[in-house]
Amino acid sequence: MKKITETNISTLDLKVGLAEMLKGGVIMDVVNVEQAKIAEDAGAVAVMALERVPSDIRAQGGVARMSSPDLVMAIADAVSIPVMAKCRIGHFVEAQVLEAIGVDYIDESEVLTPADESHHIDKLKFQVPFVCGAVNLGEALRRIGEGAALIRTKGEAGTGNIVEAVRHLRQINQEIKRIIFLEDSELMSEAKRLGAPHELLCKIKRDGKLPVPNFAAGGVSTPADAALVMQLGAEAVFVGSGIFKSENPKKMASAIVHAVARFNSPKDILEASRGLSAPMAGLLVNQIPIGERLAERGW
Amino acid sequence: MKSLTIGVLALQGCVLPHKFHIEGHGACFKEVRAKEDLDGIDGLILPGGESSSMLKLIREFSLEEDLKAAFARMPVWGVCAGAILLAKQVESPRQWSFALCDITIERNAYGRQLDSFNATIDNYPVAFIRAPIIRSVGQDVETHALFKEHPVWVKSDTVMITTFHPELYQERPSSFHLEFIQLIHQFYKR
Repeated sequence: MKKITETNISTLDLKVGLAEMLKGGVIMDVVNVEQAKIAEDAGAVAVMALERVPSDIRAQGGVARMSSPDLVMAIADAVSIPVMAKCRIGHFVEAQVLEAIGVDYIDESEVLTPADESHHIDKLKFQVPFVCGAVNLGEALRRIGEGAALIRTKGEAGTGNIVEAVRHLRQINQEIKRIIFLEDSELMSEAKRLGAPHELLCKIKRDGKLPVPNFAAGGVSTPADAALVMQLGAEAVFVGSGIFKSENPKKMASAIVHAVARFNSPKDILEASRGLSAPMAGLLVNQIPIGERLAERGW
Repeated sequence: MKSLTIGVLALQGCVLPHKFHIEGHGACFKEVRAKEDLDGIDGLILPGGESSSMLKLIREFSLEEDLKAAFARMPVWGVCAGAILLAKQVESPRQWSFALCDITIERNAYGRQLDSFNATIDNYPVAFIRAPIIRSVGQDVETHALFKEHPVWVKSDTVMITTFHPELYQERPSSFHLEFIQLIHQFYKR
């Protein structure tokens, strides 16, 4: 019989470990227990418990805050898959509350109204893992430096428009390629230019990839959108309004799960795309006044 | 010994980290996404991830019969969610499984992510991530490691089960992958 000793060498490994388990999967926004169950039955790897999906937050306006703990707890009790919840950028007390509930991941999210205009949460202080959005490599590495265990694109949430998520994925991929070809002696000035920790740039040069997984979020509303971001290098997909604002959420949820699992097979994406009712209505990003674009929140 | 090819079921979950360990022990790594990929592999790993999501995809892609046929002709190793798919009985919630290994397993039995933990077995770092607990084992199941009274590493005939992840540590190839490779060699010697 082998001997096992419990250790706690690195909680970062455990935090990233859960993200590894979510790879190749779909994380769905849900606003009640019924939707959470639909998501789980459709094969979601996790649910994001929210009071309002991003498209409703956008339409209704006002200050968007952390969801009520009662809602998050009811959803956590109803499903067997991991449950995530959002807190406002910089609102470390909302994060403390979510940690006390025992959620599996916290999304420090630009979809909610920021609580701090200059500081994100010091995520290293928490045992619960965090996911944060990023539009470019510098932002991704600042969040990882603060302790984020998972990065996602900051595609313009609630628009049903994939263009911003594609932009962020391509941007981060291009910047990683650039780092790989830089000389070691050039990494410090690159760190200064990006506003990113030098040690993380060294890690990227060594490993050829981000030190944590990179998922896509924002604007995914069809199976083809989901497969597009996967082919561009995202390792899993968050779907917000795209499922429960479509005409047939059950079918759309299953179809997107199918397309993500077989993202490299056009035949499968075709099959997943057939017989679907209408996806959510879309919104052009340039129709959103500049001050109201969510991706510009955070820094 | 000839070089083996080990497939990792790649419907969803923690697939790629196995590559380092499989190749580190001189075997070839292959992703199994469709039934055609089951040809030409000598052993199969069902990786960690979400078991409910994998089950849904096994049905969606009609892989159930092909996987059963594969299990009959090669050794298989279930890691965490993979262990749940192979167990005879699954609890909390009850769900369908291949019933290949005579164990009763309870999903997420340590709790949520905050109850996930690191451990070492024989000085090798492993992770228990929202891990299941094996509540009982049948007569023909050998227990190779216990944690707090519960079996966490068991074998029965051609099946190996670990409720923990040895694949996340990428500094040196894991002894668990080596054990699985030895199980495959023994199987083909018969």
